[in-house]
Amino acid sequence: MAFAGRNEQALHSAREHPSPWMIVWVALRSHKGALVGAGVFSFIVLAVFVGPLIYTVDPQFLDVSIRNQAPSFAHPFGTDNLGRDMLAQVLAGGRIALAVGFTAMVLSLVVGTAVGVLAGYFKRLDGPLMRITDLFLALPLLPLLLVIIMLFRDTLRSAFGPEMGIFFLIVIVIGITSWMQTARIVRGETLAIKEREFVRAATSVGTSGIKIVFRHILPNILSPVMVSATLGIANAIITESTLSFLGLGFPPDFPTWGRLLFDGANFLTITPVRVLWPGLAISLTVLSVNYIGDALRDAIDPRVRNE
Amino acid sequence: MLKYLSRRLLFAIPTLIVISFVLFALLDLAPNDPTGNLPITIPEEVRQEIRESLGLDQPFFVRYFKWMEQFFVNEPLNFIEQAFGIEIGDSSSRLRVRSWATRSPVVDLIIERLPQTLWVVGLSYVVGILIALPIGVISAYKQYSWFDQIGTFVSMVGFSVPTFFTGLVAIVIFSVSLSWLPSIYDTTHQVNDLSSFWFQVKQMAMPVLVLAFYNAAQLSRFMRASVLENLNQDYVRTAQAKGLRDRAILVGHILRNSMIPVVTMIALGIPTIFSGAIITEQIFRVNGLGQLLIVGIQGADIPLVQTLTFLFAVLIVVFNLVADVVYGILDPRIRYS
Amino acid sequence: MSLAMLRLAPLVFVLVATGCGGPQTDDSDAQVDADETDNSEQLNTHLNILYWQAPSTLNPYLSGGTKDIEAASLVVEPLAHYDENSNMVPVLVTEIPSVENGGVSEDLTSITWNLKQDVVWSDGTPFTARDVVFSWEYCANEEAGCNSANNFEDVEQVTAVDDFTVRIDFAVPKPHPYGPFVGSIVPVIQYEQFKDCLGLRAQECTDQNFGPIGTGPFKVDEFRANDVVSYSANELFREEGKPFFQTVTLKGGGDAPSAARAVLETGEFDYAWNLQVEPEILEDMTKAGHGRVVSGFGAQVERILVNLTNDDPALGLEKRSLFLDGTNPHPFLSEFAVRRALSLAINRDILDETGYGTAGVPTCNVLPAPEPYVSDSNNECLTQDIEEANRILDEAGWVLGNDDVRTKNGMRLSILYQTSTNSVRQGNQALVKQMWQQIGVETELRNIDGAVFFGSDAGSPDTFQKFYADVQMYTNSFIGTDPSNYMLGWQCSEIPGPDNQWVGQNIPRTCSEEYDALVNELTDTLDSDERARIIREMNDMIVQNYWVIPLIHRSNLSAVAHSLKGVRMNGWDSELWNIADWHR
Repeated sequence: MAFAGRNEQALHSAREHPSPWMIVWVALRSHKGALVGAGVFSFIVLAVFVGPLIYTVDPQFLDVSIRNQAPSFAHPFGTDNLGRDMLAQVLAGGRIALAVGFTAMVLSLVVGTAVGVLAGYFKRLDGPLMRITDLFLALPLLPLLLVIIMLFRDTLRSAFGPEMGIFFLIVIVIGITSWMQTARIVRGETLAIKEREFVRAATSVGTSGIKIVFRHILPNILSPVMVSATLGIANAIITESTLSFLGLGFPPDFPTWGRLLFDGANFLTITPVRVLWPGLAISLTVLSVNYIGDALRDAIDPRVRNE
Repeated sequence: MLKYLSRRLLFAIPTLIVISFVLFALLDLAPNDPTGNLPITIPEEVRQEIRESLGLDQPFFVRYFKWMEQFFVNEPLNFIEQAFGIEIGDSSSRLRVRSWATRSPVVDLIIERLPQTLWVVGLSYVVGILIALPIGVISAYKQYSWFDQIGTFVSMVGFSVPTFFTGLVAIVIFSVSLSWLPSIYDTTHQVNDLSSFWFQVKQMAMPVLVLAFYNAAQLSRFMRASVLENLNQDYVRTAQAKGLRDRAILVGHILRNSMIPVVTMIALGIPTIFSGAIITEQIFRVNGLGQLLIVGIQGADIPLVQTLTFLFAVLIVVFNLVADVVYGILDPRIRYS
Repeated sequence: MSLAMLRLAPLVFVLVATGCGGPQTDDSDAQVDADETDNSEQLNTHLNILYWQAPSTLNPYLSGGTKDIEAASLVVEPLAHYDENSNMVPVLVTEIPSVENGGVSEDLTSITWNLKQDVVWSDGTPFTARDVVFSWEYCANEEAGCNSANNFEDVEQVTAVDDFTVRIDFAVPKPHPYGPFVGSIVPVIQYEQFKDCLGLRAQECTDQNFGPIGTGPFKVDEFRANDVVSYSANELFREEGKPFFQTVTLKGGGDAPSAARAVLETGEFDYAWNLQVEPEILEDMTKAGHGRVVSGFGAQVERILVNLTNDDPALGLEKRSLFLDGTNPHPFLSEFAVRRALSLAINRDILDETGYGTAGVPTCNVLPAPEPYVSDSNNECLTQDIEEANRILDEAGWVLGNDDVRTKNGMRLSILYQTSTNSVRQGNQALVKQMWQQIGVETELRNIDGAVFFGSDAGSPDTFQKFYADVQMYTNSFIGTDPSNYMLGWQCSEIPGPDNQWVGQNIPRTCSEEYDALVNELTDTLDSDERARIIREMNDMIVQNYWVIPLIHRSNLSAVAHSLKGVRMNGWDSELWNIADWHR
């Protein structure tokens, strides 16, 4: 059983307490990568949300007399070309980047999975849904954004204020332009699983379609969905940076990791640390989420659990 | 299968018409303007004249149907004439789809751009696949080994660091510090002997590798996940029970099954080759289809962007079909009827 | 190998095969000189120019931007150029006509150009007055969509007096009759080549637009739209021994910092155009020792425009940012004290130092050049004076609240500040925001994609004409060296609005009787010294009322390889205007 029994040991104790959260916890605990990942991730979240309370430097305070400085005691991450403190900016940028990354990822995952499962499971919906997917794949992101911003920016701004308004706009735009790949993959998997014995068995005993989807299909397609999720976060963070660059993202005085990386790139040879921190922050976030995702998949994978 | 194919193909036509309409409406609605890049000193009256000369003053539907006619009738006719050297009807008065910024036929522009895009972006796609598949398989087979850990790390970094950054780092290292590779791609370069071939290799090296790194990162994750998924399947246990060696199971059973979703992914990714890699093309000045598209969007060149995105839509629809067919062939459990 | 892998293989082969199709088409459609890359050893053979915006056409009359005009300026020439000091120099003519030499009529309604007689087009045919007349016919045709049409404003007739004499008649007296055919935006094109391309047909003449025949130092070998232009020397060029270079490549695409890098750091290119990049980046690149940065000042001024009408979104389309005969004033920016305080609070030196370096000089004039028009009475703003600004606001009754924002009658000094997207502008925006914070003004920043902001799409809310913000920042100047038309832009009738399809240069929506009186005086005055005085007065009125807050007098900035000699950077004409003289 070289392949199948990886987590058997870990799950042994869980078998007496079949609470799903317990299973997840046990899986995480036994998973070294996941533990490290969870640690790093908690640290990043903590730093980003609590950090600014401790490190109270204003990320937007400009002091041109100290621009382009290397790391020092006063400015642990150095300063940018207008003399802004990089540590404060990375902390502030993280909040927006994480919020955008996760919300957009969840949105795209929900839409993608829903469309994929519906198209794969219900034959009547397959054609129309997949053609809609084609349409979205063909939409050029930039003109789409220009149009959406033109139509909705002022409405959202007056309803939620300039930051929250643009936040919703960006999350929605990234979400609705990135779900197609997930949908395609999920549909493919669903098509395959639908023909499996256990699904057929469930159908033959009269289990309702919705129940089958939730009980049998969804748990079995988790693995590609998890990959999509981890890649989705990175994708959202990067897309946001491109949008800021094109003048379609957050107002210029709201730092985000992607934007810091983009702005810093040209200063690579002058202040190399300026790109190091946002780059590292994005990579570590994606990496830790990936490890957690791995462990979660192992934990929920029905083939492991049903043993 | 044949019935399924023909039905899908038939269904593709209304789909594409709807897509073309949505695209046109979207581009028309977008607030950018073809005179936007003119010097600001040029007065509004003159801008208005320029817009009129481009036909922008005509109603939306007139412009849409004109584009439809030019694209679906005139351009194919023109292509046939060119290919066979014949003349059908009054070809000199037949309007072609013309880009606003260049005032030249869009199709000619696209043909001019195809070589560099296919070479650079296409090759990077192939290289990316060749890197990603073995890494994905080995990472999954030896899950949590050092190889897997490093592979995971590298591919995650590759995916989370955007190409505008990796491209820049590559230029600073290989062009500025070491002076090994040119940082600017010469699209007029011709390969006719060994040294010019070597130059071509050198100028393609950075854009291809930067893009391949990014593609491979993503694909290897999917490959790994897919193999992992199959490692736990019942048939693996059956095979083990039959006494097959692990290696034989991996190659004979697991690989085959785990390729199914990955092949779909690869097929679905092919249209993106033709849409170019906007950022990478910009950084290295490869000036392929991606650059053409972004220049068109920035300059509000509606006929150019419409034609490019529509061709892209055609490719997407076609390769989706290809992916589904491949899927059906690879996975006998799926039945199309 | 598993079955799955085998089935995948054909797919990959298809890919490779399509990829291989590439170079074949490459071979068939190009006839470029093969030794292009090999002879970099020899001097003066090949010149590499980099424009980060790629030229999309070589017909300057149908261009989409400066890039096209400059790429074409190697090939087609105007009758006269502006040099780097804004003086006119003859190109295809024997001298610059003036009232003194009889070339311009006493009543200023006609100008006569004497063409050089030995000039030939690069195809060997002689250059004559017919070509000049035709160029006017071509551009003045309303259906052509010619972007230089404004240069031919008030032109009644262009006549070929004989083969080498051209007379241009104007409908009104023109104190500055040099609009037509002076400067690279109004070159002479060949009658023979373009005769079938008048009006709407201009769009269909792709071969002509992509390969104009010219009198200039170079001719087009190959043009790939939005990518690259290959030129070779015009053997029939009128000046003996020029141009020095045998071939030129003008490559396009990418972004400004990497263009600078290709000249300054890697030395792959000899010249890179329009480098609006943070000064320290250029400084750092220059250390590599391959090249230098040169700047050419024209009359461009980066400025903040103040919206004098109410831009409250709640007003709706019928009122927002509309003048409405003065019934819709801005709640606080219509107050002189507020505008003055905003200007005083800005430290222009810091903006210059962080964003422009050698490419800019702080200025308080909306008209910083040419010499006769420059007023010297506006230097107050050059020194930042936060204290004075605060005092002015205190005096005007604006009280600092608990949140450090001033209020009066329940109104907050809260400003929406928009500009186009560009890293230097965003840096300046952030700096100005902080400076205004020190006088109790709260600022929200917004940046808009340039193609939208400058796009004047009537349906878009984000154009600079609509001005749906309190203040906005961009650069503006005028065509040629005569600012009169530009100065007419601040009269009441120039206010943009739906009734004139947002056509109008009066972006701040100013309306003052005194200014309109000056406009009338200018129109009636023909004496050039007197005109200069009036124009200086107009400039003073604009900046002393703080309708416009000038920030930086900007220059064009380019990178030049150390080995390249003869470059005379020009802010008034094409940067490549004297490329015939460039050598190593």
